[in-house]
Amino acid sequence: MDKIKTTKTNNEKRSGLVWGLLFGIVFGFLLQKGGVTKFDIIVGQLLLTDFTVLKIMLSAVVTGMIGVYFMKGMGWVELYPKPGSLGINVTGGLIFGAGFALLGYCPGTLAGAIGNGYLDALTGGVIGVLIGAGLYASLYPRLNRGILKKGDYGNITLPRLLKVNEWMVIIPLSLLIILFLFWIEKRGL
Amino acid sequence: MDILTEIRWSPYVVGVGIGVLSWFSFLILRKPISCSTSFSRFSGMIEGLFRGRKVEEKPYYQKVKLITDWQIMLIIGIVAGSMASSLLSGDFRLQWVPSLWESTFGSAPLIRIVVAMAGGVLLGFGARWADGCTSGHGISGTMQLAVSGWISAICFFAGGILMAFIIYSLLG
Repeated sequence: MDKIKTTKTNNEKRSGLVWGLLFGIVFGFLLQKGGVTKFDIIVGQLLLTDFTVLKIMLSAVVTGMIGVYFMKGMGWVELYPKPGSLGINVTGGLIFGAGFALLGYCPGTLAGAIGNGYLDALTGGVIGVLIGAGLYASLYPRLNRGILKKGDYGNITLPRLLKVNEWMVIIPLSLLIILFLFWIEKRGL
Repeated sequence: MDILTEIRWSPYVVGVGIGVLSWFSFLILRKPISCSTSFSRFSGMIEGLFRGRKVEEKPYYQKVKLITDWQIMLIIGIVAGSMASSLLSGDFRLQWVPSLWESTFGSAPLIRIVVAMAGGVLLGFGARWADGCTSGHGISGTMQLAVSGWISAICFFAGGILMAFIIYSLLG
């Protein structure tokens, strides 16, 4: 009995690895076709001269949001909103942002940039990210006793925060994002 | 298949594609797409090569287990997918210094690598501190309407825009 169980989990694990690889290949292909494996496009976004990054992210968010909430309503999927706090998301987010501008890639597009042949990503970028992640692991116990707990809001979502039906957030937010994208296009950005 | 050999696709096609990919990620993997956790695992595994299994005792690696999981394969897949795309379109090229960087700070690779490394340290450190990156928070978190995702995404761009203006407007 035990043996059967182990085989099953091993198979599940193996199929998870294969799916992960396939999802990665499609994701990497899309990122490269979108141009966001390039330093110039990402830093152009942060300098507000090229809006490719936001166009991709926001259209992914609208598509994803409608799909995953529809599937959740049908009982097909569960959602996994991450817990957080101001100490975690604001502090970490701002540090991340500073690194984002200096490196010119984020963790996912860093991998994409390597595939595109960009050697600054492969050398300095990867070494830096590995050092940064390792440094965080060393400091984690100390941070976890202090700043990470500040302003905790758990894994709350916007509809629960506003105490409204999910679609009361999804529909207006999608319209707002689409309007913003039209405005960006109209301004030729 | 001309479409595969095109250098660029419309950002909206790419965005909708990533959105649809995320549906399947919830359906099949039962997890949202996220990238930065894998870098913690790589980092811990490399440290393990030098310090042995003691590394796994660190509280953070009790939380983020040092295993080869689907997320690590996702990162490897991204490298492969991007390489396939750029080779198909002829956009693949080995390059040390990006052109926007070169036009501001010159073509010396060493300066670019040192700054990339400094940026990488902040990025890796910040991604773990924020508990996610542009994928996990910026796309997957925001689409689930997670408060943590929206706050993080806004701070990623706020910090990024501020730093980019400091570097390119004031120093450049």
